[in-house]
Amino acid sequence: MNSHIETLPLWAAILIAVLLVIGSTLTLLGNIGLLRFRTFYERLHAPTLGVSWGTAAIILASMLMFSLHLGRPVIHELIVGVFVMITAPVTLMLLGRAALRRDRARGLDLNVRRITPPDSKAVDGDEPGPTDEIR
Amino acid sequence: MSAIIMNIALTYAQICLIVAFGFATARMLKGPRAQDRVLGLDTLYINAMLLFLVIGVDNGNVFFFEAAIVIAIVGFVATVSLAKFLMRGEVIE
Repeated sequence: MNSHIETLPLWAAILIAVLLVIGSTLTLLGNIGLLRFRTFYERLHAPTLGVSWGTAAIILASMLMFSLHLGRPVIHELIVGVFVMITAPVTLMLLGRAALRRDRARGLDLNVRRITPPDSKAVDGDEPGPTDEIR
Repeated sequence: MSAIIMNIALTYAQICLIVAFGFATARMLKGPRAQDRVLGLDTLYINAMLLFLVIGVDNGNVFFFEAAIVIAIVGFVATVSLAKFLMRGEVIE
């Protein structure tokens, strides 16, 4: 199909293919977790699979492919990797703190409402907070 | 032989990332609260960046990398400003 792919040596093709498969599978698993987890604070953890090793594996594959294709070390994909690995914790922590603040602002209301009628669907497990109702 | 392996892996990676697009979009559309939608949008940006990198490997073109870094920067700024808005009610105070 493409000439740059056909000229790759076999070991490089296998290595790049394995890295691409690992990265995309981890990203897909993170997105499945994003869709399937039940509370927001669980969902916050799921996409970090794609952010950490999904990005790292795909960037390693891209660096290896372009280095072998152009015949010189190509490392400018590291900019994306470093940028994503620095900014992803910042965004997720900001989002988590925003959700915590919003839940606390609503949690007072929930606690007051819980005292008056004993809630029918009780919170399962050992979590004392009303995280199950907040979703 | 290496072309067959690479084509299978590239097709698999693109299909995986597009299915991941669908999941993140579903979370963004049905998220019960606002922070779920913001998290879905952030994941969508990451998926788009990875898909551009994979398409760049497929085409052998270096310029997809620059689109990927633009998407990463725009996604970071968008998510930070949306989270700030959710936290405080205003972006710049």
